[in-house]
Amino acid sequence: MRALLEHMLKTSDLDSPGLSPEEYAENFSDLHPPLDAHQAAVEADRCYFCHDAPCVTACPTGIDIPSFIQKIATGNLRGSAKKILDENIFGAMCARVCPTEVLCEEACVRNTGENKPVAIGLLQRFSTDHLLAGGVQIYNQGPDSGKRIAIVGAGPAGLSCAHRLSMLGHSVTVFEAREKCGGLNEYGIAAYKVTGGIAQREIDYVLGVGGIEIKPAQTSGRDFSLAGLRENYDAVFLAMGLGGINQLGLQGEDMDNVLSAVDYIAELRQTDDLASLPIGQRVVVVGGGMTAIDIACQSRRLGAGDVTLVYRRGAEEMGASAFECDLARTDGVKIIYWAAPVRILSEEGALQAVEFEKTRANGAGGAGSPTGTGEKFIIEADMLFKAIGQAFESTSLEGFAESPELSKGRIVVDAAGRTSLDGVWAGGDCVAGGQDLTVAAVQDGKVAAHSIDSYLRGEAGENNG
Amino acid sequence: MADLSSEFIGIRSPNPFWLASAPPTDKAYNVVRAFEAGWGGVVWKTLGEDPPIVNVSGPRYGALLGRDRELIGFNNIELISDRPLGVNLEEIKAVKKDWPDRAIIVSVMVPCEEEPWERILPQIEATGADGVELNLGCPHGMSERNMGAAVGQVPEYVEMVTRFAKAHTRLPVIIKLTPNITDIVYPAEAAKRGGADAVSLINTISSLMGVNLDTMCPSPTIDGQASHGGYCGPAVKPIALNMVADIARRKETAGLPISGIGGITTWRDAAEFMALGAGNVQVCTAAMVYGFRIVEDMIDGLGNWMDEKGYDRVEDFIGAAVPGVVDWGKLNLNYVEKAHIDQDLCIKCGRCYIACEDTSHQAISVSDNGERVYKIKDEDCVGCNLCTNVCPVENCITMHRLESGTDPRTGEAISSEYMNWGMHPKNPYGKSQK
Ligand SMILES: Cc1cc2nc3c(=O)[nH]c(=O)nc-3n(C[C@H](O)[C@H](O)[C@H](O)COP(=O)(O)OP(=O)(O)OC[C@H]3O[C@@H](n4cnc5c(N)ncnc54)[C@H](O)[C@@H]3O)c2cc1C
Ligand SMILES: Cc1cc2nc3c(=O)[nH]c(=O)nc-3n(C[C@H](O)[C@H](O)[C@H](O)COP(=O)(O)O)c2cc1C
Ligand code: SF4
Repeated sequence: MRALLEHMLKTSDLDSPGLSPEEYAENFSDLHPPLDAHQAAVEADRCYFCHDAPCVTACPTGIDIPSFIQKIATGNLRGSAKKILDENIFGAMCARVCPTEVLCEEACVRNTGENKPVAIGLLQRFSTDHLLAGGVQIYNQGPDSGKRIAIVGAGPAGLSCAHRLSMLGHSVTVFEAREKCGGLNEYGIAAYKVTGGIAQREIDYVLGVGGIEIKPAQTSGRDFSLAGLRENYDAVFLAMGLGGINQLGLQGEDMDNVLSAVDYIAELRQTDDLASLPIGQRVVVVGGGMTAIDIACQSRRLGAGDVTLVYRRGAEEMGASAFECDLARTDGVKIIYWAAPVRILSEEGALQAVEFEKTRANGAGGAGSPTGTGEKFIIEADMLFKAIGQAFESTSLEGFAESPELSKGRIVVDAAGRTSLDGVWAGGDCVAGGQDLTVAAVQDGKVAAHSIDSYLRGEAGENNG
Repeated sequence: MADLSSEFIGIRSPNPFWLASAPPTDKAYNVVRAFEAGWGGVVWKTLGEDPPIVNVSGPRYGALLGRDRELIGFNNIELISDRPLGVNLEEIKAVKKDWPDRAIIVSVMVPCEEEPWERILPQIEATGADGVELNLGCPHGMSERNMGAAVGQVPEYVEMVTRFAKAHTRLPVIIKLTPNITDIVYPAEAAKRGGADAVSLINTISSLMGVNLDTMCPSPTIDGQASHGGYCGPAVKPIALNMVADIARRKETAGLPISGIGGITTWRDAAEFMALGAGNVQVCTAAMVYGFRIVEDMIDGLGNWMDEKGYDRVEDFIGAAVPGVVDWGKLNLNYVEKAHIDQDLCIKCGRCYIACEDTSHQAISVSDNGERVYKIKDEDCVGCNLCTNVCPVENCITMHRLESGTDPRTGEAISSEYMNWGMHPKNPYGKSQK
């Protein structure tokens, strides 16, 4: 898929609009600039230090938010960062990418009175950035347990698990298909959310705990077998995310300039030269999640003329938050609800337009696919992005003598992250029923690490996989 | 429109707002600007004998700041005027001539013997100033030279110096008191005995502002060292109010005119001082923080409030709150209040709950059905008011009097009878003292 994209980008007849370096810099600068020390002190003072604070419950990793904020207020920044990282080792990334408006900040009691929550995300960034900039390592490996654990995938789920396991004294080997660690932190998150190389700086900090060996360019099912891992390691944690994408199922989907949004974003995140990326002047995005919004916004910021995002359901059902949609509109993206693509129109193999059919809810209370109304319309397009969801690549499980149980194509786990196979855990996007958020992946990794630890130490009730 | 004009011990000013003796009243330039801005009067920066004192040439101020750098408390180690006496006197004379309707009081501090007072007071009188204020309050620097608070802390000296002053000038004499003392009524009474026309208070409170934890130097720091300074600004207002009220209500000093000082920043602060018996007020820190134009709202705000309340003249409310200040032993122990939480206003932060649970009377419940609902348990509430103080939402938690029935906490009937501790059946030394 990636090789195909590279080829397409090379052979594309489309150009980059060649914005000036200043324009690129401006368009891809920090979405939410950081707070300075004074702003942080003032914002920290807005926290009521609630009893049994609802924001803590709303955070998937359960960070003790009032405490970390109070520590900012008292000037104890290292203590503040530790409060965050103790629960969420990717606190710096989450401070930037979490949809706080539907997580911690939605729960803030300040919303009730004044509709303006404490800026928890920005405060979290303030204290974690301070720690990363200072370079002081506050974690170290626990006393050696003699146990070895294999992790597949070095995204937030895998590395969160690795970090916690190392703290608990286990030695960890992480097999990663790509050259770089980080998963979607490095290859997926919108560029303007993660400026200044934060993804790799944070990973350096996470790995700084010690005891974690990374094996890059190792793809399970191809370069090594999972059966082998089960044999050679005391436990296995699967965190390979979602390697594939959902297809539109239309003819012409392989045509030039009909692209996977995820793959395009990966290119964007890796390039040193944004001007080298071709982008259309009439871009159509199909999808309604974070990926769809991100590719729409980044297309605009790369200089695309018209960008239209088409989603087959209504605003309510959209995976992207209201904030993200507003951001897209501010960026000049046109959003059309209740329409699905039915035909790709081309001339001599070149994309010309996409035909859509209007849709409506199928009456089953929003569940199931919407039904077409028969009414159709056409949007001209020179670039079409598919962003209708990622899919688990079950080829990555090849080599297991028996496969862990799957549901809707993803791995089934219990509350502690255990799969149906003894000694095998899984977490992050590759498991069924998750939230598909960075923060959720981090929590999965942490929870699984503790479960693995109890299992390896032979604690009661943990041995029954 | 209410009449704000003020007559304090015979000294007239268009409004009761004077600038206290301090940097804002250091010289003609400042004072003229203050009068242009509308201040009713000034107490000129304290004069001493020549040669003038020498101030430090490093930080003489320190501040206690809130998170948004709001100035809460202020501290200084400045001494009295560092300009030659003659220059000050000439300027006072000239300004008074140009601004005859404004009050100019001259603050003065000379050693604790009769002679220097005899020498300096006639010179002050010759300027045409309206009165003198004896600075017996400055707690730093000058006190090491046996002046300022060193005098104000010894009632006998206060009385003696007041007598010196009264003997050598016909001008009204105000004695400025130091709060660095156990009971303010003692020096106030001494001033009264000495013949003072009025007292003014408070001067500043002895204080160190903090310690720089990198250098281990206390602050404000002069070349690695610090000396205690005088504390003032909003933080000292409650202390000053109590001292003003004490002088106003205690029989030893009742009726002695008071010029109220200490943390006054708004017309409201001023009205509170006056309600507790101050005939007028003096301001220093607020002017130093915001400039002279704050007096505009002081005048405007006080006037509007007086109109609303139907007060025609400031005398109509001066002292109005004094009868409300009593000894603890006079409080009505039959009076019962309970807190009430308005569920519509409640934002469910739980601060009242944890405050009452950890540190008070375990009188607030958290609902158990999963919802965060905080309610007062009347059977445990002692009416202490802590919850209303920690609640971030105005008027969300309010206190309500139980007028009748029984107090669910004590099981005792609510009585409309007044009963203080002296009358209380549980007082082992009880004696009826209505
Ligand atoms: C475009 C986009 C934008 C997003 N924006 C946000 C956002 O703003 N906020 C937010 O909270 N979430 C966002 N998400 C979701 C978030 O990135 C994911 O939920 C999160 O990264 C999941 O973490 P993970 O560790 O499970 O998987 P990944 O981050 O996908 O990491 C999986 C890792 O496993 C490796 N791998 C895969 N297969 C194999 C194999 N067979 N063998 C070895 N290694 C393998 C991959 O190379 C990768 O490094 C976004 C997702 C996308 C696609
Ligand atoms: C910098 C500074 C210098 C002061 N100098 C004098 C002084 O020379 N004579 C005096 O009587 N009081 C002096 N004071 C005390 C003030 O007049 C006033 O009593 C005190 O600051 C309390 O009022 P405030 O809270 O409005 O500032 C000084 C105060 C400050 C802040
Ligand atoms: S008034 Fe005092 S005792 Fe009563 S509920 Fe509030 S804090 Fe508790």
